[in-house]
Amino acid sequence: MADTRLMNVAAALREATDLCMARDPRVFVMGEGVADPKAIFGTTAGLLERYGRDRVMEMPIAENGFTGVAIGAALLGRRPLIIHQRVDFALLALEQLVNNAAKTRYVSNGRHRVPLVVRMIVGRGWGQGPAHSQSLDALFAMIPGLKLVLPTTAREAKGQLIAAIEDDDPVMMIEHRWVHYATGHVPEGYYTVPLDGPRRVREGGDVTIVATSYMLLEALRAADTLAQAGVQADVIDMAVPRPFRPQLVVDSVRRTGRLLCIDTGFRLFGIGAELVASVAEQALGSLAKPPVRLGLPDHPTPSTRALLTDFYPTALSIIDAAAELADVPVERIAGPREALAVELSKLPMDVPHPTFRGPF
Amino acid sequence: MTRTTTSGGAATVGDNSPLGLYRSMLRIRLIEEAIAERYAEQEMRCPVHLSIGQEAVAVGVCAELRRTDKVVSTHRCHAHYLAKGGDLKAMMAEIYGKAAGCCGGRGGSMHLFDDDVGMLLSLPIVASCMPIAVGAALALRQEGTDGVAATFFGDGSIEEGVFHESMNFAALHRLPVLFVLENNLYSCYTGLADRQPDRPLADLAKAHAMAAETADGNDLEAVRAATARAVARGRAGEGPTLLVFDTYRWREHCGPNYDNDIGYRTEAEFQGWKAGCPVERTAAALRAAGLLDEALEAALRRELGAEVAEAFDFARNAPFPAADSVKDHVYG
Ligand SMILES: Cc1ncc(C[n+]2csc(CCOP(=O)(O)OP(=O)(O)O)c2C)c(N)n1
Ligand SMILES: [Mg+2]
Repeated sequence: MADTRLMNVAAALREATDLCMARDPRVFVMGEGVADPKAIFGTTAGLLERYGRDRVMEMPIAENGFTGVAIGAALLGRRPLIIHQRVDFALLALEQLVNNAAKTRYVSNGRHRVPLVVRMIVGRGWGQGPAHSQSLDALFAMIPGLKLVLPTTAREAKGQLIAAIEDDDPVMMIEHRWVHYATGHVPEGYYTVPLDGPRRVREGGDVTIVATSYMLLEALRAADTLAQAGVQADVIDMAVPRPFRPQLVVDSVRRTGRLLCIDTGFRLFGIGAELVASVAEQALGSLAKPPVRLGLPDHPTPSTRALLTDFYPTALSIIDAAAELADVPVERIAGPREALAVELSKLPMDVPHPTFRGPF
Repeated sequence: MTRTTTSGGAATVGDNSPLGLYRSMLRIRLIEEAIAERYAEQEMRCPVHLSIGQEAVAVGVCAELRRTDKVVSTHRCHAHYLAKGGDLKAMMAEIYGKAAGCCGGRGGSMHLFDDDVGMLLSLPIVASCMPIAVGAALALRQEGTDGVAATFFGDGSIEEGVFHESMNFAALHRLPVLFVLENNLYSCYTGLADRQPDRPLADLAKAHAMAAETADGNDLEAVRAATARAVARGRAGEGPTLLVFDTYRWREHCGPNYDNDIGYRTEAEFQGWKAGCPVERTAAALRAAGLLDEALEAALRRELGAEVAEAFDFARNAPFPAADSVKDHVYG
């Protein structure tokens, strides 16, 4: 692995953008803060100096307007990358994204294409509250014509962003900011990770766990603990919910008979709902137990941490759900579960990373 | 803040004497400085957007409003909330995430409201506040009152389409709305020149056949005078006004620190604005008029300091909301 470096997801995304801009002069970046000193949590750092203001374009606060501008430019063959510091701000651009980005290829009978990438960041933590921390992956996933990618590891995040920028269709990339801190080995140079559906991250035959984004990290932690109790989880990263390709999940459930889905959004009407439906449609007879979905409860996200103690799924809630699905007696899992619980209780529950000090 | 006791609905927000308004500005300053000082304790676990340096706009505008008039604010809402008479303890408890907070801890610092004093809402999404204020003005008129609605927002907010949608609607229906633009020259870490063409901001109102005024936002009396004319227009059924007040945010966009070193603005620029401190300017005017001396200033600071300390103690010691209340109020 001589050609890899240890870096976090934020740095990997920055590197991907840099490589794409160096390679293809049509690629340009638009967003509020892309050219400011904070550089979107570092993900655009140095790009202004390297490529100039014409390609690292600071935007007025006009999300729907500049998204339309990006689509117009994309129709003429430019390759815009839009970045929003919060998913919540991108809501103002839904009109352009849903009505134009998603439909223009279709409505033009295949003549037009919209090579647009929109990066959006989920702002969980530090009391961001109801309108600054939303995970709305499912909202984007439900629109045919938009692709959706949810990166988790640094190596893949880099390749997925490059693939998204190369893609001739509009790609939404939703980054959970707790994932930005996740480090991993990242190869040098230009490479892509295809945007073609889920992939297996851990092999097992007892229970199928499908997770996305930050919840994949929680699920992998859970899988380690489950393994200590003799339960082997088949862990699948639903990194690309759109295009929707559930086959790997369906096949896994055919082997395990048990399905647990976790994503970062609301439990109801979420990505898990679509997966459970697909499994029910295609492999109902394989299910040994009713499938389980974990996700956010049915209310907005309060700011105060006091109301968030049971809000987000954790490795512990994943362990509990998986153990029950796999018929593991409580005594068998109690020891390793408790050890993990002690470990987790040492960390504040409202920060993306132990080094985080607020305020945004 | 002492409230005047003139009859019910027509009561002003607070004490509009020169000293009363100075006191209101100083109070906001001291509260926000206390937040800045204690933020590092990591107990206020939500974003905070301080208005230090912008107090004259909040106090000058609210001085011309009645308690029953409505205010809708943004992420930077502390000063507006306090100037409109919002309860200090409820604000501090909200920032500390406590049950006694104005939102019960659900909103944090960007959602401050106090229904008792017409502080209707604060909204953290840029420009989201404007049409809400237009709607409040519509309701006030439908109710047959001569009330007005004011919405505060920054120079960045006027880049959103909804600014124009709101002005057009308000002008069309001659609604009693005050669009209060606090031009502090920056949207986060990006200066106006990188976001907008150079033109007088007040001209934006012309496109909607709306009245507009520009004034020095650090001059309390100038803010009051412009606001008074806008309120009179609104109450008389003559429609909305865009008020443009030039001012400056002293500390970082979000958080307690100074950030003149990170490269988007200069220390010299900051020092220039600091020299024109709105609180100090108001104090100087009072001193010149013989209304303030050192002893009175010291007494004021002592009194306000005690109030602020008490509010922080209250907020820090207040209980968190009960975990099982989290599901309440999703629907009625
Ligand atoms: C729709 C939307 N886009 C972006 C943001 C992020 N944001 C929060 S405050 C802010 C700057 C606002 O500038 P301005 O309106 O001038 O107000 P100021 O902060 O200067 O008081 C931005 C871009 C947001 N909250 N909402
Ligand atoms: Mg501003």
